[in-house]
Amino acid sequence: MSETETGAAAAAVKAAPADDEKPLLKVEGLVKHFPIKKGLLQRQVGAVKAVDGIDFEVRRGETLGVVGESGCGKSTMGRLITRLLEPSGGKIEFDGTDITHLNTGGMRPLRRDVQMIFQDPYGSLNPRHTIGSIVSAPFRLQGVEPEGGVKKEVQRLLELVGLSPEHYNRYPHEFSGGQRQRIGIARALALKPRMVVADEPVSALDVSIQAQVVNLMDDLQDELGLTYVIIAHDLSVVRHVSDRIAVMYLGKIVELADRDSLYASPMHPYTKALLSAVPIPDPKRRTQKSERILLRGDVPSPIAPPSGCRFHTRCWKATEVCRTTEPPLIELRPGQRVACHHPEDFADQQPQDTVLLSAAKEAAELVADEVLAESAPEPASEPEPEPETAPDSESEPESEPESAPAKDSQRAAEESTEK
Amino acid sequence: MISYIIRRTIAALVLLLVVTAVTFGIFFILPKLAGQTADQLAQQYIGKNPTPEDIAAVKANLGLDQPVYIQYWDFIKGIVSGATYDLGPTTVRCDAPCFGYSFKDHLEVWPQLTERLPVTLSLAVGAAVLWLVGGIAAGVISALKPGSFFDRSAMGVALAGVSLPMFFTGQLALLLFSYQLEIFGRTYVPLTENPSQWANTLFLPWCSLALLYSAIYARLTRSGMLETMSEDFIRTARAKGLRERKVVVRHGLRAALTPLVTVFGMDIGLLLGGAVITETVFSLHGIGEYAVEAITANDLPPILGVTLLAAFFVVFMNLVVDLLYATIDPRVRLS
Amino acid sequence: MTDLSKTGAAVGEPVRAGEPPQAFLEVRDLKVHFPTDDGLVKSVDGLSFQLEKGKTLGIVGESGSGKSVTSLAVMGLHRLGNRGKNVQMSGEIWLDGKELVSASPDEVRRMRGRQMAMIFQDPLSAMHPYYTVGNQIVEAYRVHNKVDKKTARRRAVELLDRVGIPEPDKRVDMYPHEFSGGMRQRAMIAMALVNNPELLIADEPTTALDVTVQAQILDLIRDLQKEFGSAVVIITHDLGVVAEIADDILVMYGGRCVERGPVDKIFDEPSHPYTWGLLGSMPRIDRAQTDRLIPVKGQPPSLINVPSGCAFNPRCPYADVPKGGITRTERPELREVGSRHFTACHLSQEDRTRIWTEEIAPKL
Repeated sequence: MSETETGAAAAAVKAAPADDEKPLLKVEGLVKHFPIKKGLLQRQVGAVKAVDGIDFEVRRGETLGVVGESGCGKSTMGRLITRLLEPSGGKIEFDGTDITHLNTGGMRPLRRDVQMIFQDPYGSLNPRHTIGSIVSAPFRLQGVEPEGGVKKEVQRLLELVGLSPEHYNRYPHEFSGGQRQRIGIARALALKPRMVVADEPVSALDVSIQAQVVNLMDDLQDELGLTYVIIAHDLSVVRHVSDRIAVMYLGKIVELADRDSLYASPMHPYTKALLSAVPIPDPKRRTQKSERILLRGDVPSPIAPPSGCRFHTRCWKATEVCRTTEPPLIELRPGQRVACHHPEDFADQQPQDTVLLSAAKEAAELVADEVLAESAPEPASEPEPEPETAPDSESEPESEPESAPAKDSQRAAEESTEK
Repeated sequence: MISYIIRRTIAALVLLLVVTAVTFGIFFILPKLAGQTADQLAQQYIGKNPTPEDIAAVKANLGLDQPVYIQYWDFIKGIVSGATYDLGPTTVRCDAPCFGYSFKDHLEVWPQLTERLPVTLSLAVGAAVLWLVGGIAAGVISALKPGSFFDRSAMGVALAGVSLPMFFTGQLALLLFSYQLEIFGRTYVPLTENPSQWANTLFLPWCSLALLYSAIYARLTRSGMLETMSEDFIRTARAKGLRERKVVVRHGLRAALTPLVTVFGMDIGLLLGGAVITETVFSLHGIGEYAVEAITANDLPPILGVTLLAAFFVVFMNLVVDLLYATIDPRVRLS
Repeated sequence: MTDLSKTGAAVGEPVRAGEPPQAFLEVRDLKVHFPTDDGLVKSVDGLSFQLEKGKTLGIVGESGSGKSVTSLAVMGLHRLGNRGKNVQMSGEIWLDGKELVSASPDEVRRMRGRQMAMIFQDPLSAMHPYYTVGNQIVEAYRVHNKVDKKTARRRAVELLDRVGIPEPDKRVDMYPHEFSGGMRQRAMIAMALVNNPELLIADEPTTALDVTVQAQILDLIRDLQKEFGSAVVIITHDLGVVAEIADDILVMYGGRCVERGPVDKIFDEPSHPYTWGLLGSMPRIDRAQTDRLIPVKGQPPSLINVPSGCAFNPRCPYADVPKGGITRTERPELREVGSRHFTACHLSQEDRTRIWTEEIAPKL
């Protein structure tokens, strides 16, 4: 969030040597399945695979942004790392302590260090309690007596988030949405947490108010040295606040990268599509429709996610290997981890696999030519006008002459441009 | 949809079994837990000053000295396949479904129930028609013009309807229209014998009962309708250019009345188990009156019988409600 | 309502109150006030705009700016529903040469759904949960067309197909809850377009949708507009969406228009401090953000006690810039500041240009 430092540099600069080299939060193979039960006996007939094996870490003092569409598991992930939910598998380590399966008592010390801010500033504040009692609740629950007394501390917190200390005895309904979100932030900060997980902290607010809250969170981070995990669907907001960004799709992280690398050159096709879909507040860009990638259809159900790479059903670059083998999340460029067999602007990870799935061909129709061309930096060396005429060519062995492996994506370009 | 029906029916049967177990427990296990001996328990089934032989007979007939599970098994078996009561000089064959035998009245319970059921049924169904029509109409009109004169007076009447006790309104109506003006009869005649006489006798009980219930239904309809009419889909219906009447009936009413189905099912279920006060006030020989008589006489088998019948109606109506819900709201079918 | 001054109608053009307009849709000095126990809520307080067929007008504003009430008023839906019983409305709404404010409710009803249609923010709550999608489209068609159910159903399937719903002949018999969010919004659009309306009003049509689905829906609306040549009013809080789709933009604040003009003008040379505030508040995905956001301080105004002068005055960072003797209580009227570009601000042209070019633009 701090403006002078960006990306990996941020963490590096802020990190003091020795102990601080270790990440504050480390997540390995995190899984959360919600069982679906049916019938009288409540037999388990399936599971919503909300989070299905994700690895990431949060460095001290940084802001990790988590983006994805509804149903991608980002909110579940937030509730898992704050241990509001019990993981089905994997490991969560906070500051070197394994907190994966701690019970309520064991979590108590942690509740001070990790706090959560919720989306709905209306639903998350009890309407029958005064602001004072809401913000001081963490003190009561933790049995902490702050210096100078609870009331004084609460008033200090209210001032910190830009509210007046006189608001102490008022009720939530007397406040506007933005002010309520400030109250929620004050409550989260009461126990001087080290990490704050914010789930859609500004999406319920008006644009002008959104900016106030974003700036407030920014200031608080600088002032208190907070570490943020900010979960949001708004890619513009995430870009603004994050040092690093994780992109989730159907319970998986498909790309995890420094902010600038991610927005400048997304490597996962889904990231690319997601970024291209954001309407840009600049009418001059409208003529450049070419930049837009329209994804076909909807996100598949997390109950039965597609095999292999989960994005293969909507990806314009998907080949057979994408259907069969799940791509690992590996660091392809410094500070940019991607789970893709055929990443954008990079050497193909599965060069031998060149035949597009038919789904990919359909999807490619919705991808602007320029995007496809961009995916293949060099111009087409040997135009092949015939193969794409057979709609089921994916079942055919290999009808095209072998080309350089790295040009696989370029072939995709050709195939659709020639339609 | 079919699997849904099957599932709900099985659930209802299971529930019914649970209800019999609980009822049985209350009548046969609780007293034991409270320290009553089998003899003391048996004594309650007979009138005053029982002979030791009577007690022994009751004990044997009800199996009071048997282990609990055998007692329960006999109890269920009686309902399903009938039972035989050996009363010393005579033997009484109680055919299935045997809901017990009153040692005090020397009567089987089930025939008593079936004889009285039409009375209660006539009362409940007739009143239900009245209160549904009246309550819903008043509620809808009130909701469409909230704050209007009609709304305020209808809700005032509704408040009075809820607050005035049945034995007041009922007695008053009886006194005025039956005794003073002699418009309505007081002797129940089965529908099959003389429909007009039937309706004539039941009219006052219907109205008294309906007054109470339509008050509740009017308020429920009004609040449901007010809520529904501010839903987004109502705005959509209007945006299509539908006439307001169609918006209200096709889009508003159907959604607003859905929660009412639950309440209605419960109310009818409960009423069929005996509209105690109404039947007493209007001297109708229905299930409720039978229960009152049994309670006054401290006669346990009829009480047990009425309890089971009432429980059956409530469970049954619950099933009906579940099925109705699935027909009305397609979202229910899936889950 | 004659006591309300006819001010807003003069938007740099001659007042032609009562005369039928040139434009396909023309709103003149529209006022929609709701009396409540707390006072008169002036949701819309003197709004004027025009819209031609085949063009898209984007109305931008935050919650409570009056943008949704405006659209409901055009549709004649403001007086229906519990809140609208005592609504006070004045001004003129001309649609295709017909004046709607003075028309009888039944006349307006017959135009609703046929000549003008609307799509809403949340397609799940906007569709009736008990009827199939097909039934709801059929109903919309049969209100205005005397056809049998079969024909109407064919029309519904045709429309569902047109808005990009796969297997429309099967989907037509499904219930809204069986559709995904994007599909539902497509179905809503199909329902709105079933009678080929000349005016389509979309109230936050993509706010409840994911960004990739939003892109699909905006694309669809644009395509359909080209095909049907209808006039589109799109109401949103998202400047990205209007930049994407609108020809003209109208910025609303406190029930009034503070700025309106062609889309390029609004983004290249915005001239109202509130528009500047909106642009500064918005994180941009297309630019590397090096600086903080520039939020608008304070809270949106209450529509009961709208400040007597400019509604934005209490939050305006330039309220203290001298304005040649104009007092704070004087209400700024829309003035033409460029071709078809109007703004309601007391700042002088020089001050405005200077502030924009020197203070605001470099920071965006």
